[in-house]
Amino acid sequence: MNFETIIGLEVHVELKTESKMFSPAPAHFGAEPNTNTNVIDLGYPGVLPVVNKRAVDWAMKAALALNCQINRHTKFDRKNYFYPDNPKAYQISQFDEPIGEHGWVEIEVHGKKKRIGITRLHMEEDAGKLTHTGNGHSLVDFNRQGTPLIEIVSEPDIRTADEAYAYLEKIKAIIQYTGVSDVRMEEGSLRCDANISLRPYGQEEFGTKTELKNLNSFNYVRKGIEHEEVRQEQVLLSGGVIQQETRRYDESTGKTALMRVKEGSDDYRYFPEPDLVDIIIDDAWLERVRAEIPELPDARKARYVSELGLSSYDAMVLTLAKPISDFFEATVAAGADAKLASNWLMGEVSAYLNAEQKELSDTKLEPAGLAGMIKLISDGTISSKIAKKVFKELIEKGGDANNIVKAKGLVQISDEGTLREYVTASLDNNPQSIEDFKNGKDRAIGFLVGQIMKQTKGQANPPLLNKILLEEIAKR
Amino acid sequence: MAKMTKEEVIEVAHLARLAITDEEAVHFAEQLEAITNAMELLNELDTENVEPTTHVLEMVNVLREDKSVPGLDRELVLKNVKEHEAGQVKVPTILE
Repeated sequence: MNFETIIGLEVHVELKTESKMFSPAPAHFGAEPNTNTNVIDLGYPGVLPVVNKRAVDWAMKAALALNCQINRHTKFDRKNYFYPDNPKAYQISQFDEPIGEHGWVEIEVHGKKKRIGITRLHMEEDAGKLTHTGNGHSLVDFNRQGTPLIEIVSEPDIRTADEAYAYLEKIKAIIQYTGVSDVRMEEGSLRCDANISLRPYGQEEFGTKTELKNLNSFNYVRKGIEHEEVRQEQVLLSGGVIQQETRRYDESTGKTALMRVKEGSDDYRYFPEPDLVDIIIDDAWLERVRAEIPELPDARKARYVSELGLSSYDAMVLTLAKPISDFFEATVAAGADAKLASNWLMGEVSAYLNAEQKELSDTKLEPAGLAGMIKLISDGTISSKIAKKVFKELIEKGGDANNIVKAKGLVQISDEGTLREYVTASLDNNPQSIEDFKNGKDRAIGFLVGQIMKQTKGQANPPLLNKILLEEIAKR
Repeated sequence: MAKMTKEEVIEVAHLARLAITDEEAVHFAEQLEAITNAMELLNELDTENVEPTTHVLEMVNVLREDKSVPGLDRELVLKNVKEHEAGQVKVPTILE
């Protein structure tokens, strides 16, 4: 029997507000444990939460950027559960009136475009961070308790692990462009759970789903889904039944393991949050937030293709992360050729960042510096080979490409007379090579070019050198 | 008339992490049944065109500006904690 995989993703994104969702404690990542809390976060008796206005603005901004409809009447609900990561024993979330619903994003996998629906986007608060020590106790840091979160729930429209990956990349890019979150999975400001079920092809009804947790990178999401697909298929083919349960992805084995049998929504005993009043969003509020949404990745991508002449693929890669895309735009604005700027950013720059495990902002490279270097390549002052040396200097020490080229004497030798002197001397010293060439060994030319490149420290203009060499050798 | 079973009471008690005996469960089932039955009276009212009320207050949009104030002194926070270690609250490990 052949099965179709049905995937829905739940993405949690931490908003990078200054203060928390319902309390004025600082909401920053990386502080000393338990130094960013207050009585509201800690659930002291008699305290009252108050909603952070910017968090609502930003949730709305994200919802609009994801093409959601905004519920003009929205409210908070109380989700009850006991776990040591939350001192209140409930999480303030949204149940039946989320701020956004019925959104979508467009993804592209293997050249095929597809629209993935977004069921809802709601606001809630994050819980504290638990560290299991492994000897019977756990340590709790409540700094994260109360940090504003948005949860983005997709429709079960995703069919493959690759589509899931593309969807996450798109969500991450869009949220990053809106500026409401750092969306860094390694810092936990973007997290993902996956719901997976299988059904025989042609069957309308969904099979029983499992929820996959502990997916700490986009790659683990992909691998976890792939593993879960195979596991469920084996269970079903051997006549077994899939239980509705939560499973944990284990990075070291690449497998999923049972965590717990899923609690139903009833068990959370949701009810309207009595400590918070409803929120009514009028036209003025909605339009103010809508006006703050910058150009989003899809629009930028289309512009790079139509106005700058980039390929669709290059435009897609460049717009995936806002810092790279912004850098590209600034480089072009500083006078660089768009195609060359794109090639350098996707080639050398990205290779350098990967190798050094750095972000663009951690380096000394500036758009003006890169643009200056690209101009020197365009006008023939330096060769692409020499440019790599200039680039290394620019990204590690910064500065102006022109100055680097002059200070290091890297200017390409394009003077015919000078090159002809090198060629003549080289031919005089290598009579064997001339003979080899005349006997049909083309390799001899390569040898001579190599010699001259060595003498000129790689600065001879390669096409010109080739031309003069062929002219001179013909005279011998 | 709705029936409240002993099993339902035990289930709800578990969700609220309340330890109750079987006898108590039977006892509370009777009491809760009387309460829910009394509530059923409300179902006699026609609420077809009545908006659900989540608050009796007229107030909406109570919001604050996104300004932070420093967190509580950690020493103070940990004073009400049974056990702590390295600035963190120490609890028995409960795996989800």
